[in-house]
Amino acid sequence: MTTVVTADNRRTSSAQQVRTFVSRHASVMPTLAAVAVFVLLLVGAQAYFGNFLTPRNMSALLLDNAYLLILAVGMTFVILTAGIDLSVGSVMALTGILCAKLLADGLPAAVVVPATILVGSLIGALIGLLVQYFDVQPFIASLAGLFLARGLAFVVSLDSIRVEATSVLSLQTTRFRFGTGWYITPTGIMALLVVAIGALVLLYTRFGRTVYAVGGSEQSARLMGLNAARTKILVYVISGTCAGLAGLVLTAYSGAGYPRNGIGTELDVIAAVVIGGTLLSGGTGYVLGSMIGVFVYGTIKTVISFLGAEQSWTRIIVGLLLLLFIVIQRFIVFRSERPR
Amino acid sequence: MDLPPLLTLTGASVHFGGVAALDGVDFRLFPGEVHSLMGENGAGKSTLIKAITGALDLTEGVLRLDGTTVRFASPHDAQRAGVSSVYQEIDLLPNISVAENISLGREPRRFGLIDWPAMRRHAQQVMHGLGLDIDPASLLGSHSLAVQQLVAIARAISTEVKVLVLDEPTSSLDSEECAELFRVIRDLQQRGVAILFVSHFLDQVYEISDRVTVLRDGKLVGEYLTRELLRIDLVHAMLGRSVAALRTRPTLHVAEDEQRPYLSMRGGTVTSRLESADVDLMEGEVLGVAGLLGSGRTELARALTGLDKLDSGIINVRGRRHTLGGPRDAIAVGVVYSSENRRTEGIISELSVQENITLALQADQGFLHRLRPARQRELAVSWVDALDIRPADVDRPAGLLSGGNQQKVLLARLLALSPRALVLDEPTRGIDVGAKVHVQNLVGELADNGLSVMFISAELEEVLRVANRVVIMLGGRIVDTIASEDLDVDSLTALVAQPDDPDE
Repeated sequence: MTTVVTADNRRTSSAQQVRTFVSRHASVMPTLAAVAVFVLLLVGAQAYFGNFLTPRNMSALLLDNAYLLILAVGMTFVILTAGIDLSVGSVMALTGILCAKLLADGLPAAVVVPATILVGSLIGALIGLLVQYFDVQPFIASLAGLFLARGLAFVVSLDSIRVEATSVLSLQTTRFRFGTGWYITPTGIMALLVVAIGALVLLYTRFGRTVYAVGGSEQSARLMGLNAARTKILVYVISGTCAGLAGLVLTAYSGAGYPRNGIGTELDVIAAVVIGGTLLSGGTGYVLGSMIGVFVYGTIKTVISFLGAEQSWTRIIVGLLLLLFIVIQRFIVFRSERPR
Repeated sequence: MDLPPLLTLTGASVHFGGVAALDGVDFRLFPGEVHSLMGENGAGKSTLIKAITGALDLTEGVLRLDGTTVRFASPHDAQRAGVSSVYQEIDLLPNISVAENISLGREPRRFGLIDWPAMRRHAQQVMHGLGLDIDPASLLGSHSLAVQQLVAIARAISTEVKVLVLDEPTSSLDSEECAELFRVIRDLQQRGVAILFVSHFLDQVYEISDRVTVLRDGKLVGEYLTRELLRIDLVHAMLGRSVAALRTRPTLHVAEDEQRPYLSMRGGTVTSRLESADVDLMEGEVLGVAGLLGSGRTELARALTGLDKLDSGIINVRGRRHTLGGPRDAIAVGVVYSSENRRTEGIISELSVQENITLALQADQGFLHRLRPARQRELAVSWVDALDIRPADVDRPAGLLSGGNQQKVLLARLLALSPRALVLDEPTRGIDVGAKVHVQNLVGELADNGLSVMFISAELEEVLRVANRVVIMLGGRIVDTIASEDLDVDSLTALVAQPDDPDE
């Protein structure tokens, strides 16, 4: 059994090429599976309804789920380090209601917007510190964050507060039209920007690579001289910041802040991220995959509403899909990581 | 060697609490040499390595690299100074590519962003320099452990490296993979890198290294040129003669014709670990097992007591064939095993002495037959008394006891099962001299009472003192079984060190 392939023997047979491809891209396989499912869904829906794949519907797909997209980017960072953040739904509600309240109190949007996003970052930092320095399990630490944020949201207001500030509302109402019926709003642009920045950071910065390293093996990462501690805290700060931004987006979308927003949203986000090919065990996954995961979730939601069925069916189908994906992931990971 | 040494340790000592893991050790490494560090378990090898690679601080002594005194605050510090290490457990990341593993932490960047093509080129260069042809873009996890280890070495040398420490690099490699590794090592030698090679495989040490340093009980025994050192002298240096200020037991009387084997194995084979072992544990006898690290002693014990499945061979209990599917089956026929890893496979530190002692008995009786609290206490107290376990407080957490007393607690646990055959793997390792003698005497008494005892130890005098017969192991095979009265330390040392081919 030889351990190395000498240069002269490198066969370019198709079997060898497939093996090379798999050994290079094994971690992308789950995401490719997600893309396949997404395409299948779109094709199936188009075949069934006949008028599903329209520019209007596709544009709405992005804009209706912009907040989810932003949350998914933050969650991807956290899950890549083998952590989890259960607080994002509540933080989104908190920042949303806080934003609405401060705007209603007359503070200028230029102050309110950064301040509320900062609240998200702070809660994220708190969770990160709990996880890193107090050795609290991410599940518990973020659960604490969930309760804290939800409680604070109710402290801010027990009822919804309408937003009148046009600067904030315009984020949703301004529509840039292009092509034949395609449109996008500033919130949509924000969501896409967050996805792009997230993807670039994970691929091209040392911090991003450290995120993958910590997820692969925290001990090894530390031994290799990487700052695992700082990275672990920062991913929760990123998640919290995304939650803050998502709160802003959701408030603009619905025109009001509501303290009961986002109950259970964190679970939708986690489902989308996992479906998109990020492994819960950490170290493998892509932001673009999470984006596909969100689109899959959104498409299912749209199809259900087109069918006129109850919205709860969305959750049921997403749950089944999630189960299927986790099984597929185990299978793919097992095959690609088996040492030759 | 007319060049000055690259790395020197002078008078190095490392103290943990009251124990000296290293005691006044001098060590030196020359550039372009392969230097082996030898010694049995507990000799201080890993402590020395940790001191050199910055994982530990020296309590006393000076470390010099290239003539200048250095103090490494962390392994990362040491790496920057040119001292890299590759450990047995590969500390790389299986979920990212080979190229990234090699460059992680010092990736080539362009405009602040990671330059992936440059990273792949760099990895290609480094591996080419070692004569390796591994696809740099492939995920590390898709390769065998042997290849992953070569990547680990590539990473270690991808920066300016002066000293490379290889800690047990060949434990999971087959002979072809070993040959590849040795080729890479010789290549590095040519480049002037000093290599510290730690392995317990004598053959490999003789094949690859230029010089050998032997440690024993934390002290330096000597530094030798490999080609001038006879194998038997090396083993002698490693095992040594411990202070003979101990009461020796009278040798047991053995009436051979009355002997019945309680437990025996014929042709016991566990793939690549144990080969065709024939062994008999007689009633009333202590059977010693002698051999160096890696000779298969523990494997023999585990196969005999059902912990490892035999790939071929049979086990007989009292003349009847038995298949021991695990420790429970073994306990059911009165065969018990005490592991050499007291802390991880023996004592449960958080539980009290009483709970530790009654544990196996309770497990054997089952969930539905609880031992009454009074009975548990009675058992614990009587064993603490019988074995003189100190402090005599059965409620104290077992983790707080000294090594010797912990070993006695483990023995009590096994004895509470009223076994017929006891297999003890290194029962006196790491415990003080007084407790050692106590355990040895105890073993003798048990045999006198009709039990069969297998006693495995790296200390040859101990084996000779305690055992009636001695099994000698080498490379996974039983080489011979000899009555202890026909052996002395020198002849036993020779047998234990004997290579398969007479190429000395």
